[in-house]
Amino acid sequence: MVPMTKPAELLQGTLDLLVLRTLELAPLHGVGISDRIEQVTRGTFVVGPGSLFPALHRLAEKGWIQGDWSELENKRRVKVYKLTSPGRAQLSKEKTNWKRVLTAVNLVLTEES
Amino acid sequence: MPWLPRTRALLRLLFTRRDVENELDREVQGYFEILVDRQVQNGVPAEEARRLTQIHFEGTERVKEKVREARTGAAFASRARDVNYALRQLCRRPGFMALAVITLAIGIGATTAIFSVVNGVVLKPLPYSDPERLVDVRLKPQDANQGNWGLSNADFFVFREQSSAFEEIGLYTIGLNSQGEAVNVTGIGEPEHVPAQSITAGVLPILGVTPQLGRVFTSADDQPDSPDTVILSYGYWRSKFGEDRSVLGRAIDVDGRPRMIIGVLPQRFNFLDKANLAMLLPMKLNRANTYLGSYNSGAIARLRPGVTLAQANADIARMIPIVLRSFPPPPCCAVKDFENLRLEPNLLPLKQKVVGNVDKVLWVLMGGIGLVLLIACANVANLLLLRAEGRQQEFAIRAALGSTRGRIAAGLLAESLILAAFGGVLGLGLAYGALKALVAMAPTGLPRLHEIGIDGRIVLFALAVSLAASLFFGSVPVFRYAGPGIGIRLREGGRSMSESRQRHRSRGLLVIFQVALALVLLVSSGLMIRTFHALTRVNPGFEAPSEVLTFRVYIPETQVKDSTTVFRIEQEISQTIATLPGVSSAGVSANLPMDGGGDLEGAFVKDRIYAPSETPLFRYDYVGPGFLKTLGTPLIAGREFTWSEIYSKVPVAMVSEKFARDFWHDPSSAIGKQIGGGPKNPWREVVGVVGDVHQDGVDKEAPASVYLPALVSFFGGDYVSRDVTFAVRSPRAASAGLMSEVERAVWSVDSVLPLSEVHTMDYYYTKSMARTSFMLVMLSLAGGMALLLGIVGLYGVIAYSVSQRTHELGIRMALGAQKRDVLKLVLTQGMSLTLIGVGIGIVGAFALTHALSSLLYGVKATDPLTFGAVTLALTGVALFACYLPARRAAKVDPLVSLRYE
Repeated sequence: MVPMTKPAELLQGTLDLLVLRTLELAPLHGVGISDRIEQVTRGTFVVGPGSLFPALHRLAEKGWIQGDWSELENKRRVKVYKLTSPGRAQLSKEKTNWKRVLTAVNLVLTEES
Repeated sequence: MPWLPRTRALLRLLFTRRDVENELDREVQGYFEILVDRQVQNGVPAEEARRLTQIHFEGTERVKEKVREARTGAAFASRARDVNYALRQLCRRPGFMALAVITLAIGIGATTAIFSVVNGVVLKPLPYSDPERLVDVRLKPQDANQGNWGLSNADFFVFREQSSAFEEIGLYTIGLNSQGEAVNVTGIGEPEHVPAQSITAGVLPILGVTPQLGRVFTSADDQPDSPDTVILSYGYWRSKFGEDRSVLGRAIDVDGRPRMIIGVLPQRFNFLDKANLAMLLPMKLNRANTYLGSYNSGAIARLRPGVTLAQANADIARMIPIVLRSFPPPPCCAVKDFENLRLEPNLLPLKQKVVGNVDKVLWVLMGGIGLVLLIACANVANLLLLRAEGRQQEFAIRAALGSTRGRIAAGLLAESLILAAFGGVLGLGLAYGALKALVAMAPTGLPRLHEIGIDGRIVLFALAVSLAASLFFGSVPVFRYAGPGIGIRLREGGRSMSESRQRHRSRGLLVIFQVALALVLLVSSGLMIRTFHALTRVNPGFEAPSEVLTFRVYIPETQVKDSTTVFRIEQEISQTIATLPGVSSAGVSANLPMDGGGDLEGAFVKDRIYAPSETPLFRYDYVGPGFLKTLGTPLIAGREFTWSEIYSKVPVAMVSEKFARDFWHDPSSAIGKQIGGGPKNPWREVVGVVGDVHQDGVDKEAPASVYLPALVSFFGGDYVSRDVTFAVRSPRAASAGLMSEVERAVWSVDSVLPLSEVHTMDYYYTKSMARTSFMLVMLSLAGGMALLLGIVGLYGVIAYSVSQRTHELGIRMALGAQKRDVLKLVLTQGMSLTLIGVGIGIVGAFALTHALSSLLYGVKATDPLTFGAVTLALTGVALFACYLPARRAAKVDPLVSLRYE
């Protein structure tokens, strides 16, 4: 389980964005979200429970995701999270914002002296 | 807009907390199990899988903690938990908590009570509209020691018509004595003598008073020939008329004249400092027969917006000569006499006049009680230090488990806040009770007593004081024990073997501080005690005041017009009373010593040269025969008046001893000399010299006085004292039986005369010492509290120190130290603290008691006897407080203490 390269630092706000995006495609439980993010980012971001759980509960408190209990095939009970409609709206807002941030940072980094 | 779901989440948390926690637990646990499952799927055996997952997982508790911290309201919840924890910690030691709370309650309560008094009397603005523009208007002769004069009617007319500084000015009568005016009311039930106040029509509008019923006076009511009117106070309306709204238009008999009730004042209204007024009457000044002179009314005015006091002063100064030109002088005198007075304006903001100079006394008290509060805080700080010392292990463990220093310190502060909160609430209750007692005691000389109470501002003050106190004493243990060295305590293992000097030093400093403050307060009380004692030893000028019954009677002109008849009534009354059983003598006079009244009039001595502008003023009193003898004022030379010579208007007079000595060196040489009051006043022969009477109180010098008969010829007419006091000497003076017999005697002469101001002479004597007694009681209470708190603090520190040193003392004794040596060791520790504190206290007291000097009599602010006695007493008590634990230390069995860990 130990990744080959050291995972990068992940800011809280960015984690929220990633979680929302991950749930945009399909509802997932906690481990699933963590797995998906690790997969998609090819191991750059490894989200442990210590960061994931507070993020999930924060997003749930704000009403952007909703967790419901359900059963896996092996009878394990897990809480599955899905994106709500306010959540979708928030996600598109955050996507726009992220693009702006990205563009701005790139401009600064590529600035000719 | 996530606040709606957030609120929902918060409410869920609050109400179904356990369910929420359980769910979180299951979720985290579930996550954990899934990870374990994966390992197992990869072929790892179950045990190994669990172990690997645990390493990776970071700990379920930690994860849950992080979630909790991320929740809304988490910060609040954790503060609440801290407070809860602090509260439980405190409750585990109820004795300690009770001691701390009571100590704080005493300090905070006393401070709050005194602040309420200061607030009501000094700080609160007067309860009238726009009170900062109200001024008291007086004049002052340039020759300042002739007293503070009021305004004359002539001044009033001119100022009102020609002033540019005042919007309006009003006159009010100042009664013959400080109790003010009083009138007889007949026709409703029993005849009554009630306090009243005469005012001109402008007074109530100046104060901004709107009546509850009816109207206020208008200038029409002030015209001399208009129908007589009266305004009732709320209290009188309620007690006499039962709040009957139909009283308007009804007539009541006041001093024998019917007056129509035109209005009722609002409930909260008080005229300046007079509580208990029954009614207001219009002054009805008649401009046509107004002369210059008679500066005996009070006046208030409202400044025009933007006008300063200095401008008003200048305006008055401008008008004074105008007055002298606008009205004729009275028959006795010439205009020049008034010019020679060189009158000047003397304006004061009205509040300053009402409050007087009592504010100085109150601020001194406030300082003293503040010191008590400091001592109380120091005590509690010491208590907290002791407790914190015992909890060092707990702090160290908590720090090791991950609690930050900040949270431990916050916990300690939370404990302090809780103690202060309880202490503050209890203190507020104590203050409430104390204030009730204070107002009931009604110390005379304290103005605006009716304005003292607990209101919002006072509660805020108590809150602020509690907060400040808790920060003060709360920070002490935080600095000492929650500082950087918090982890070191664990290493020291069990109880410390010997006391660290650092710890003892901060406790010692607090004790020194307390002892010093206690000394300052005790010295202040001691000085007041000596003042009081010195005052009681002054001979007031009368004997056995508790055996002299006094009462006032007023015979209005409307009832008996002829002066001689009035005097005859007065004579008959005093002679009838003198025949009552048990009465040794009775007499009548216009004034009583120390009743606050007394006129100043001019008197010249024949055959002395006076400068053209000089008009020496002396205290005048008008007496009947036997009055001075009844009081017990000694006759130094000559004789008293006789009834027949008074009726014959023989020009006689008596003088006081001081007068006689000032002018003729020897009392007996005063007999036969002549004194008089100016051109129209006949020279009078001095027939007697009587002992000095301290008319203004025992702390002031007895004034040089002139006594004239109560019926005299003056300014071309007869003058009789109509508002008189009777004095009756009897061993039964305080009994109700004598009182009713006296009443019957008065009514047998004139059945319509009500009696008022029935007191023994003792009442006036005690009242004149009221300010000193009040200060004495308050400072002694403060001193007593300070002493108690200080000694308890000292005892606590020494006792605790001894208990910490049991081990060390055991070793010493095992090595050969005697009981005596151990005793000496502990005593030295305690006494050195005490002596340092006493030393600092003496220096502080030297500096601070100067604030008291205006209140002292017969003793200096640095009186060595008081300082010495207090120092000895304090040291003695401290010695005793140290001796008790020292004795216990000496009794320790070395074997036991060595085994004791």
